[in-house]
Amino acid sequence: MSSINASFRLTRQSFVLDVAFNIPTRGVTALFGSSGSGKTTLLRCIAGLEKPDQGYFAIGDHVWQKGQFSLPTHQRALGYVFQDSNLFSHLTVEKNLHYGLKRIAPSARKILYDDAIRLLGIHQLTDRYPAELSGGQRQRVAIARALLTSPDLLLMDEPLASLDIKSRSEILPYLEKLHLELKIPIIYVSHSPDEVVRIADHMVLMDHGKVLEEGPINELLTRTDLPLAHLDESCAVVEGVVKEHDSHYHLTYLDIKGGQVAVSFRDLPIGHRVRVRILARDVSLALQPGQKSSITNVFPVRIESIIPASDPAKVLVKLDMGGEHLLSQITHRSVDILNLEVDQTIYAQVKSVALMR
Amino acid sequence: MGYTPPDINDSTLESILSLTEIPIILGSLDTAPIWLSVKLATVTTVLLLLIATPVAWWLAFAHHRVKSVITAVSMLPLVLPPSVLGFYMLLLLGTNGPLGRLTAELGLGTLAFTFPGLVIASIIYSFPFALQPILNAFEAIGRAPLEAAATLRASPLARFFTIAIPLAKPGLLSAVVMGFAHTMGEFGVILMIGGSIPGETKVLSVAIYEQVEALQYSEAHVLSGGMLVFSFVVLWLLHQLNSRRNAMKPVSN
Repeated sequence: MSSINASFRLTRQSFVLDVAFNIPTRGVTALFGSSGSGKTTLLRCIAGLEKPDQGYFAIGDHVWQKGQFSLPTHQRALGYVFQDSNLFSHLTVEKNLHYGLKRIAPSARKILYDDAIRLLGIHQLTDRYPAELSGGQRQRVAIARALLTSPDLLLMDEPLASLDIKSRSEILPYLEKLHLELKIPIIYVSHSPDEVVRIADHMVLMDHGKVLEEGPINELLTRTDLPLAHLDESCAVVEGVVKEHDSHYHLTYLDIKGGQVAVSFRDLPIGHRVRVRILARDVSLALQPGQKSSITNVFPVRIESIIPASDPAKVLVKLDMGGEHLLSQITHRSVDILNLEVDQTIYAQVKSVALMR
Repeated sequence: MGYTPPDINDSTLESILSLTEIPIILGSLDTAPIWLSVKLATVTTVLLLLIATPVAWWLAFAHHRVKSVITAVSMLPLVLPPSVLGFYMLLLLGTNGPLGRLTAELGLGTLAFTFPGLVIASIIYSFPFALQPILNAFEAIGRAPLEAAATLRASPLARFFTIAIPLAKPGLLSAVVMGFAHTMGEFGVILMIGGSIPGETKVLSVAIYEQVEALQYSEAHVLSGGMLVFSFVVLWLLHQLNSRRNAMKPVSN
């Protein structure tokens, strides 16, 4: 499978960016890290908007940067969604959308105008000027504008960061749709774990201008040696498919690796691919499966590791569930009472499962 | 109210009285200096736009050490007395000046005391007035929209014409108005470099000066009053333009 190869070195006053990574050319890769970790600078290097001291970038067979050679930004087949939409204030929405589209040869257009405005739900806004749009609408137009250049790679720089919570939840479904309907690889800069677990498949974890780690999303989320597992909302995301619906109890059953989970009824076709998030604090552990309990979702799991959590009363237990990893946050006291040990097989009871998409 | 006949020897009162003669004066007015001024201002403004726009672009977006030197040089006409500027221009363009010799050798004659000479002097004299608004406009636009255009496949030239110029339109308009008005009001430099050759270098301001010298206050009044009204209208329009631009500014993201 072809991949995206990147390595950049850039010095700006006291900040040094020094990264090298390989990511797949499919799905969403999140560049994740705290502010100041160099995520945006890295994205700008990929776009050719920053001049690195040294750099290499290739997507499949297309080399954009190598040694002294640097393809100018306007010749790179990329789409860039800026943090603050960056629409042209002197042009209507329609003309903003056509700005990039008209520079693409008709034969090279993979995304058509009508498809883009339908996908982003902006067909009613085309006559307006950017100043007449809400923040969320502006960002949707910006995404459509970038898509209309039929890019080989879509770069998104915290597209939700400048929006209020309401506009954020307005855009997220569009981003998920984008991910499902288009085959364009996306590099998505974010410092919000919530966004990342919803849309990313792959993750590059950044800190102080360096790559800490990169890999499939759930692998990094459940790595107890990385900071993500120690967040308040530490969680695992698990892929699954819709198995069946139970109209009597209003439940939908999902098949996941290592078992089946029930979630509140969602009108999705059987076989539809979904992602669920399981928060570490919603996973409790039991030695026996049969105890009567209000919890429906119970799976056999193997304990992979037990490490202290940031809260001294608690520990993080990493679990293996048929090849998929889960985290459980329980108290030290419970570990001792249950006499838990690494490699032991026990039962995970999951209080709540959130269907992400 | 009773009307007191003015004291003939009081020149101030005499000049006020002469306002009543305006219609008569208008009939016999030598309009050549007016048209010459308008022509000079128009030619200068067009050339100024063509020169100041790229310079402003470069100053706004280039990281260069000589940037501050260039800025300082281009602002010199703001602080130098016009006579100093005119004096150096005369030395430069005159028969023995380096540019004068060059133009003479090219068969163009010397530019001092000619209309093209005035145009050159006016461009230098009015340069900061055209440069500043354009520079401010480019700086206000910033890199962001240009970077967005680059990611949308626009070449540098396309970015300049489809993004920078339209967004800088208010600044460009200000530059036109300021450049034109400032050239219309030019006096010291012109007197030094152009003298007062009717139809060639005798512009409005010089004509007024000569009328005052010759104590032809009524004629001076007509031209000066015209200039006063013209200048006021220009500044008023500029203000209108700016306040409309502010009102049209998009709400911040």
